[in-house]
Amino acid sequence: MTTALQPGDVRHRLGRGVDGGIGTDASRPDGTLKATGQFGFSSDLWTEGMIWGATVRSPHPHAAVVSVDVSAALGMPGVHCVLTHDDVPGRKTYGLESPDQPVLAIDEVRYQGEPVAVVAADDPETARRGAALVRVEYRLLPLVVDPVAALAPGAPEVHPGGNLVRHVKIRRGDPSARAEVVVSGDYEVGMQDQAFLGTESGMAVPAEDGGVDLYIATQWLHVDRDQVAASLGLPPEKVRLTLAGVGGAFGAREDVSLQIHLCLLALRTGRPVKMVYSRQESFFGHVHRHPARLHYTHGADREGRLVFVHADMVFDGGAYLSSSTAVVGNAATLGAGPYDVPNVSIDVRGAYTNNPPCGAMRGFGAVQACFAYESQMDKLAAALGMHPVDLRTRNAMTEGSSLPTGQVVDSAAPVAELLNRVRVAPMPPVASAGDAAGPTGDAAGPTGDAAGPTGDAAGPTGARSGATGLLPGGVANTTHGEGVVRGVGFAVGFKNVGYSEGFDDYSTARVLLTGAGGRLMASVHSAACEVGQGLVTVEAQIVRSELGVDEVVVETADTQVGSAGSTSASRQTYVTGGAVRAACQAVREELLARAAAVLGLEPDDPDLAEAELVGGKLLCRSGGTVVVADLVEGSPVERTVQWRHRPTEALHPDTGQGRAHVQYSFAAHRAIVDVDVELGLVHVVQIATAQDVGRAMNPAAVVGQIHGGTTQGIGLALMEEIQMADGKVRNPSFTDYLIPTMPDVPPMHVEVLELADPHAPYGLRGVGEAPTLSSTPAVVAAVRAATGRALARVPVRPEHIVFGDLTPQ
Amino acid sequence: MSGAGEKQVVRLTVNGEDHELLVRPHATVLELLREDLRLTGTKHGCELGECGACTVLVDGQAQLSCLLLPGQVDGACLTTIEGLADGPVLHPLQRAFAALGGLQCGYCTPGMLLAAKALLDTNPTPSRQQIKEALAGNLCRCTGYAAIVDAVEAAALGAVEAAAQDAVEAAALGAVEAAARTPR
Repeated sequence: MTTALQPGDVRHRLGRGVDGGIGTDASRPDGTLKATGQFGFSSDLWTEGMIWGATVRSPHPHAAVVSVDVSAALGMPGVHCVLTHDDVPGRKTYGLESPDQPVLAIDEVRYQGEPVAVVAADDPETARRGAALVRVEYRLLPLVVDPVAALAPGAPEVHPGGNLVRHVKIRRGDPSARAEVVVSGDYEVGMQDQAFLGTESGMAVPAEDGGVDLYIATQWLHVDRDQVAASLGLPPEKVRLTLAGVGGAFGAREDVSLQIHLCLLALRTGRPVKMVYSRQESFFGHVHRHPARLHYTHGADREGRLVFVHADMVFDGGAYLSSSTAVVGNAATLGAGPYDVPNVSIDVRGAYTNNPPCGAMRGFGAVQACFAYESQMDKLAAALGMHPVDLRTRNAMTEGSSLPTGQVVDSAAPVAELLNRVRVAPMPPVASAGDAAGPTGDAAGPTGDAAGPTGDAAGPTGARSGATGLLPGGVANTTHGEGVVRGVGFAVGFKNVGYSEGFDDYSTARVLLTGAGGRLMASVHSAACEVGQGLVTVEAQIVRSELGVDEVVVETADTQVGSAGSTSASRQTYVTGGAVRAACQAVREELLARAAAVLGLEPDDPDLAEAELVGGKLLCRSGGTVVVADLVEGSPVERTVQWRHRPTEALHPDTGQGRAHVQYSFAAHRAIVDVDVELGLVHVVQIATAQDVGRAMNPAAVVGQIHGGTTQGIGLALMEEIQMADGKVRNPSFTDYLIPTMPDVPPMHVEVLELADPHAPYGLRGVGEAPTLSSTPAVVAAVRAATGRALARVPVRPEHIVFGDLTPQ
Repeated sequence: MSGAGEKQVVRLTVNGEDHELLVRPHATVLELLREDLRLTGTKHGCELGECGACTVLVDGQAQLSCLLLPGQVDGACLTTIEGLADGPVLHPLQRAFAALGGLQCGYCTPGMLLAAKALLDTNPTPSRQQIKEALAGNLCRCTGYAAIVDAVEAAALGAVEAAAQDAVEAAALGAVEAAARTPR
């Protein structure tokens, strides 16, 4: 059997797998396709006559492009074309927030790996060899790779006009307020990679109308389309995008990578063109999480009530803008943490450097700030002699709290409850032999408060034997328990949901209801990108609940329907979910009008308005019943609705005051770790986490997001960093960039709260990002508790544990 | 195709089907499967044997196809994700992954399933720790792994209910048929 996937084969019409409406653990409608290898990922596309693209990239982080000689490459048998910036017919730059990034380098490269030329050839190997034959002459230019140095007077300019991307100031209360207890610290967050498993890939197919069809793994079809069309010099309607299967995203697919290159090659050659990045190329082919330096000072009274928070942060945006301005805005507006603080002064600056461009990654500015403010809360608790949870709950934000931006929190903010829940969550066994996870994976043992009064280490775990992989160092068998100390740490964080600062955030959904021979069927169509999170399941669940129809098909996302916005900011279930519900309500209005005629009622009869759609029937309170399939037989109802959440507003430029966010998502973590203090190795023993999701639309999927997000936070705490030296990436491979493996991830105790947000559809709260925030500081706090080290930088490295923090680079 | 004169003949059985292929000797078995046989269920993730996405069974053993050359599988029997189900009847592991949240984006799933099958073939009732160790070479970026361990455990115990599996199979077949009918 062969499964040559034609481009159209990524158009899976997903349906009939979902059984259940909202609030049920409905199975994914794409689950079996994915478990059988039949799901069409963007790298699986195949069509007769297709050729392959490859990219020529700069080896230098900053250089003038003196000349590009494509003659040798063009002379190679099997090479169809080589394109440079001269071949970009439209706008020669692109970008999410501002088009500052060349499609192909023009006269200068500003980061290592910047694309200079693209090649199309008969097969992947020929394309790679052809790309290697493109001769580019460079003249090296001065580098600026330190974001703080980049903002100093006289620094080399990455772009004309200076290296300051954005400076956000938040000012609240008395800037000179004094406190009895003051702690300060400098913190640093390394550059994390999204490290999705499916590298960038796609296929462009030239169309007869002079346009192009692009099959692509992305997070936002319409913004891709608009950027592609601008650079091709085509009207947007001639650029049609279809979502091909996405092998993970986590922010890395918000920016254009190979989209424009593919279309340029396809239109030039008149052939379908496919590209697939290697893993190494993928590290150069997408934006990363911003590295950050964060200086904080916290002041409190003797009872532990926060008096002030001062913060000064610098985010390294790398060579191009991407979404740095929004990332900086998040770090500022969320930078005091989920606490009530009367006096706040926060400055966040983003800088251009000659490092790789940084942009969206799960947590988006909130992750960096959370590591620092939670580290500060532990430091403050220690200074006060308080338990770290007691200090946090004493200052916890609640509904009605006012943020440093002046925005009032107008729905549930259960910060204290989340912390108290993880505090008393079941503990793992202490100093036991054998499989700590136990047969069911749930940590057994007494409940209660793990940490001592100041969050100190729980004490040596003693020698243990038994299964491998349960001690720091795992199967490397580096200890039998000697030198191993257990520690406990806590953290809480919050993340905005949806777009902020006045952005017009909306989604579009089309719902079609048809009937044939008494059988009722619905389909739902949006441009919202399923990237693994399970949106297709939730869309079907909403239609099933709203319209009382069992058979629901989710159409493939494409640009044939209006924009859904990006799959980012934890927003799709909220915004596209809201659009799907609104489209269903519009369909319902039509059904009621038709039913009125059948039942001989006035259209505005209250009996109709209160009717229920259940099991394919419209049930009136008075007993009148209509079979919905009969209402739509031969006359389907289709409604397309654009839906918006409440508007937000821009921040005041001097004070940072403003209703910038529409919703917040809260999560807390408790981490328990064993540390081999002699070798600096960490084994995370258990995670307990609690999160408010407003309404669990699909509880199993919610827990899946919490597990996955927490795991990425563990990765940032202990292992994940793109290591840079003089603007060059030292570890662009999965050999050298480590992400958590199965034995690295501990059993997790997950508690899900459902405190409805009255402003959101179904009361739901975005889920995906919050778990990534507080897992990192909780793990680091636990390692601090075990080791006594300050650990002001993530990821924590073994040498930091053994020798203490090294001087920040 | 470059280097056409250097090709070699390889005979192998893939999912029960015999093949005699003229291949580039320096291509990987991953490329052979995906490009020559167009069995795209096997995934590329890292080229270096680090991520496990390309895992296939070679004579019943889990192997990383990105680290194998065609000559190393001459005469061998390979099983890829396309050969895991018994016709329309899904393997218990497939049912469990689909039903229990063992996949999100699904990109690691084919390799994860074949590594899990190799485990269950040698150890039908593994502990959770044994599952974690056996699958340590298969990266997943979405799930945090817990649901994968749950799914392998459930498959080993035969704990995925028949009713659920019937529904899942019907769903999959319906979706595949629908996709095949869709124009474009």
